[in-house]
Amino acid sequence: MSKKTDSNLYTILFAIGMVVVVGALLAFMASSLKSTIDENKRIEKQQNILYAMGVNENEGTSAIFVSKDKVGEEFSKYITKQLVIQGSDVSENDQAYLIDVKKQQTLAKEGKERQFPLFIGEKDGKTFYIAPIRGKGLWDAIWGYVAMDADMVVQGAYFDHKGETAGLGANIKLRFFMDDFTGEHLFSNGAFKGIEVSKSNNDPKNEDKTDNQVDAIAGATITGNGVSAMIKSELKFYVPYFKTLKTN
Amino acid sequence: MGLLSKKDAKLITDPFADNNPITIQVLGICSALAITAELQASIVMAVSVLFVLGVGNVVISLMRNIIPSKIRIIVQLIVVATLVIIVDLVLKAFAYELSKTLGAFVGLIITNCIIMGRFEAFALGNGPWRSFLDGIGNAVGYGVILIIVGFFRELLGAGTLLGIPVLGDPIEKTGLYEYGYENNGFMLLAPMALIVVGIIIWVQRSRNKALIEEH
Repeated sequence: MSKKTDSNLYTILFAIGMVVVVGALLAFMASSLKSTIDENKRIEKQQNILYAMGVNENEGTSAIFVSKDKVGEEFSKYITKQLVIQGSDVSENDQAYLIDVKKQQTLAKEGKERQFPLFIGEKDGKTFYIAPIRGKGLWDAIWGYVAMDADMVVQGAYFDHKGETAGLGANIKLRFFMDDFTGEHLFSNGAFKGIEVSKSNNDPKNEDKTDNQVDAIAGATITGNGVSAMIKSELKFYVPYFKTLKTN
Repeated sequence: MGLLSKKDAKLITDPFADNNPITIQVLGICSALAITAELQASIVMAVSVLFVLGVGNVVISLMRNIIPSKIRIIVQLIVVATLVIIVDLVLKAFAYELSKTLGAFVGLIITNCIIMGRFEAFALGNGPWRSFLDGIGNAVGYGVILIIVGFFRELLGAGTLLGIPVLGDPIEKTGLYEYGYENNGFMLLAPMALIVVGIIIWVQRSRNKALIEEH
């Protein structure tokens, strides 16, 4: 027995056979589940956008999205307009939420003009402008959605991450961190400044909303810096659009 | 025990205590450090390893007579990787929320030395049923330590369990915090996982002198 399985020919044939079998199995699994997975991702985007503008089912201290079966309906009810901003062009597109921010960032790096999606939501007579953001954390990508009013004062935020450290950086998607952004100003003395996730703001209860700072998470310095950076670098592209809101 | 013979039952109970993969064999330490800052993450990891090790041991055991010995490690790696990817895809399609929690651990499961260790040491030389029991036993032994470490790290480091505050509010100074108690942020960092595992090893060996090696 051991003789047969020790020969070089057998080893090579076994390796080839295994690769073929495993490759076929995985390819089959991936392609047959692809549509379900894509649908889940689409629903998640709608849930994230609604979460940022305050349409959610939060309970106590936990963040809970609108349920899966209701999200399509709620999304068309609350999100009244979806815009795509490209240079000075602003066009409406009801598929704008499917725009992949990562792909757009790559396009910009290649020197092409980038598309910026912006979602306009109405709730209780208030208008929300929701923009997607994306950046780098400690280990991998972090992203989120920020809801603002016409003065670019944050009305709500949702953050998520691909692989930040559990218990530290991963806490950016917890209520205590995300809720701190509500009410924070992105402008300071008329100039765009962003919001800094700060370890030294000495305002743990976050009572000062115009200091452009929120309290950082201890032990998650680099993830926090990533959040500050993506807010600053991504939202600044929306400033010209908000200026047009003022003049019209 | 009608279902399991004495010998089979030992396969499950041994790794649970006297031959624990983490505290006695000191395997799987890397993932034990990385993910035990939170109780929830520890539980998710324990369950994932339970599945991968249980099924993986059976697959390897069924293939044990046809695997060429020269490339057996590579074959084992492929089996683990395939299982993990299948689990990940199925979760993404049918339990999307859970798959997001698991996302970061997928790589850690593949590199977990307990899995390769059990394939190599047990499944290659034993039948599928015994391999299955061995896999379950080791995964449970690993999971229990993970959950104990996760429990203490989250409780002492963040004052919460499964994300729910149990010691009061550190900012409003309610509950224990009213009396000057502070969370120990150091508990959330990897060195404290090592120290907690060390304490568990100490307790275990002081209760069972047979485990202390002669030097």
